[in-house]
Amino acid sequence: MRPDLAKLAIEARALRYAWPGKPLTIDLPRLDIARGERVFLKGPSGSGKSTLLGLLGGVLSPQSGSVRVLGTDLAPLSGAARDRFRGDNIGFIFQMFNLLPYLGVLENVLLPLQFSAARAARIAGGDPVNEARRLLAAIGLGSDDLLQRPVTELSIGQQQRVAAARALLGSPGIIVADEPTSALDHDSRENFLSLLMSECRAQGSTLLFVSHDTSLGYLFDRTLSLLDINEVRS
Amino acid sequence: MNILGLAWRSLLNRRSTALLTISAIAISVALLLGVEKMRTAAREGFANTVSGVDLIVGARSGQLNLLLYSVFRVGDATANVSWDSYQKIARHPDVAWTIPISLGDSHRGFRVMGTNGDYFEHYRYAGGRRMTFISGKPFDDLYDAVVGAEVASQLGYRLGDPIVIAHGVGSVSFARHDDKPFRIVGILAKTGTPIDRTVHVSLEAITAIHLDWQSGARALPGGQVSADAAREQDLTPESITAFMVGMESKVMTFTMQRAINDYRQEALMAIIPGVALSQLWNLVGIADTALMIVAAFVVLAGLLGMLTAILTSLNERRREMAILRSLGARPKHIFTLLITEAGILASAGVVAGVALTYALLFAAQPVLERRFGIFLQPSGLTGYDVLILGGIIVAALLMGAYPAWRAYRHTLSDGLTIRV
Repeated sequence: MRPDLAKLAIEARALRYAWPGKPLTIDLPRLDIARGERVFLKGPSGSGKSTLLGLLGGVLSPQSGSVRVLGTDLAPLSGAARDRFRGDNIGFIFQMFNLLPYLGVLENVLLPLQFSAARAARIAGGDPVNEARRLLAAIGLGSDDLLQRPVTELSIGQQQRVAAARALLGSPGIIVADEPTSALDHDSRENFLSLLMSECRAQGSTLLFVSHDTSLGYLFDRTLSLLDINEVRS
Repeated sequence: MNILGLAWRSLLNRRSTALLTISAIAISVALLLGVEKMRTAAREGFANTVSGVDLIVGARSGQLNLLLYSVFRVGDATANVSWDSYQKIARHPDVAWTIPISLGDSHRGFRVMGTNGDYFEHYRYAGGRRMTFISGKPFDDLYDAVVGAEVASQLGYRLGDPIVIAHGVGSVSFARHDDKPFRIVGILAKTGTPIDRTVHVSLEAITAIHLDWQSGARALPGGQVSADAAREQDLTPESITAFMVGMESKVMTFTMQRAINDYRQEALMAIIPGVALSQLWNLVGIADTALMIVAAFVVLAGLLGMLTAILTSLNERRREMAILRSLGARPKHIFTLLITEAGILASAGVVAGVALTYALLFAAQPVLERRFGIFLQPSGLTGYDVLILGGIIVAALLMGAYPAWRAYRHTLSDGLTIRV
C-alpha cells in the first residue's frame, strides 16, 4: 500500500545522522508513515532505534536529509520550536522509568500540559483531570485506590499504563512507543497493546511501535524492519 | 504543576540531602549574621558608654589605656593625679564641672569607684541619657554605696544590704576592708554600660578604708583605725585615678586639652572621649573584620556544599530530564529547574539561618551581657543585613548556574535516551 503523501504523519527523506565523533548511525533514504496508521518498527538493540526516535521527535537534528512530521518540516525550526512541536504533537512511551517518582499518578499524566497549551486545548470538555481519569480507566487503571499511591509503588505494568495515559492525553497526532512492553509478560503485553491501540484509534493518533520482539507484529497495520530500511550496517 | 512546583517536589523527594544542605547554609548564615549583629551591638555599646564628657584627664600614659580604665573599668592606671592638680584644673574658669574617679578596689569581681555627687549629676551615656535610680539615692554618709543594676541583680542586693569592699581588683581577693562595711543606699537603673557593673562610693570613703594601709598591706594590729575613728580624720584624698571634665564652652576643649598636656607640675594627659573611642574601635574593628571574613568563608563553604549536592544529583536525574524533554520541555526549562532548586535551597537556608540567629541571640543575650557587657538590643534585620542575605541568595543562583548549564548540555547530548 502506497500511503497518500498529503496524509503522511511521518515523512523522512535521505536522513543521515552521526553522533559527534562517531560513524554514521542512521542513513535512511525514505520512511513514510500515514496518519492514523499503526506501524510496528522492529530492530535489534544498537540498530539506531533511539537515534531515529530522537530525529523524529526533533531532539536531534540530522546532518542531512529532511523530516516532516504531520506536514511540518522540522529542519527550519529552532531548537525551542522543535521542542514545542514535540510537546504538542508527539506522545512518548519508553521502555521503563517513564514516570517522575516524586509526582502522583494524576500529576504524572497531566505533566505534558505544562509544556503544551495545544494539548490542553484539545482536551474535550476542557477538564484535564477528568480526561486523565478517563484515559487511565480506558487503559486499565480505573481504581481510585491505585491513583492515590506513589508511582514508585505501582508494578511495572501499572507504571507503563500511566505512561500510556500520559502519552495519549490531549490527543497528540503521533504516539511513539519505544519497547514499552519489554518488561511485561506476554499476556499483559497483548492486553496493554490492544488497549493502547483502541485508544489511539479512538482519538485518531498514529502509532509508531518500536520493538525488537516481533511476536506482536501481527497486531499492526504494517511492520517495518529498521535493518532493512537503514542502510548503515553495523 | 509549573517548573517551580516541579523543583520543589523533586527536592522533597530528596529531602534528607536537601535538609542537610539547607542546614549547612543555615548554620553559615547564622554565623555571618551573628557576627554582624554582635559587632553592631559592640560598636553601639562602645559609642553609648560615655557622652557629654569633653575631656578625660589622667596620668600620662596611652590614650587607650586611660579610656579603658576610666570608662570601661578595664586595666589599671599606671600613676595617679595629685589632688592639687585636680583642684587647679577643676577651678579653671572654662571648666563647668568635673567628675573625680578613684579606682583600685573591688567587690566580688565588680570594680569599686570612688567619686562624688557630680557623677550622678553630670555623667551621660547613650547620647545624653542620665543615670536614674531604681531605688534609693546618691551616697551621703561616708559608708554609703550605690550599685549598678547588674551588681544588684547578680548578687541579689537590695537597699540597706551591707557590703564589704576588697582590696585590689581580682575577683577573688583575700585582703578585705571588712573592718569598714558599707551600706547600699542606691541602686541604679540599667544602662547597658560599665556603670551597671560598678559599685560607687565617695572619694572620702576610698581614703577612709585605706587609712591604715601601707604599700598595699594592712597595718599591724594596733595601728588600725576603726570605722568611726576614721570619720574624725581629714579624708581629703592625696590623689585620684583620673577625672572627667565638662567645659563651659565646647570651643575651649582643644585649648584646655593642650594646656593639660603641657602642664608642668605633673605629667598629665587629657583625651577627648569620642576620638579615643573611635581609635579603640579601629583597633577592635580589625578583629571583627577578621571574624566577618571567616564567617564569609563559612558561607562560601555552605554554598559549595549545595553545589556539590546538586552536581551529585545530576547524574541520577538525567532520566528525569529526559522525561521532561520528551514531554516538550525546552533546555531553558531544565536550566530553570536547576536554578530554581539552588534558589529554593539557598532561600530556605537563609530563612532558617535568620531564625537560628535570633534563637541563638535570644538564648545568648543574658550570658553576653553578664560576661562581656555586650548589650544586644533585640533589633530587626537592618538594610545591610538584608543586603548580605540577598547577596547570599544571588551567589547561590550564580553557583546554581553551573549545574544548570551542565544539565542543559546533558539534555542536548542525551536526546531522549534514558540512561538508567
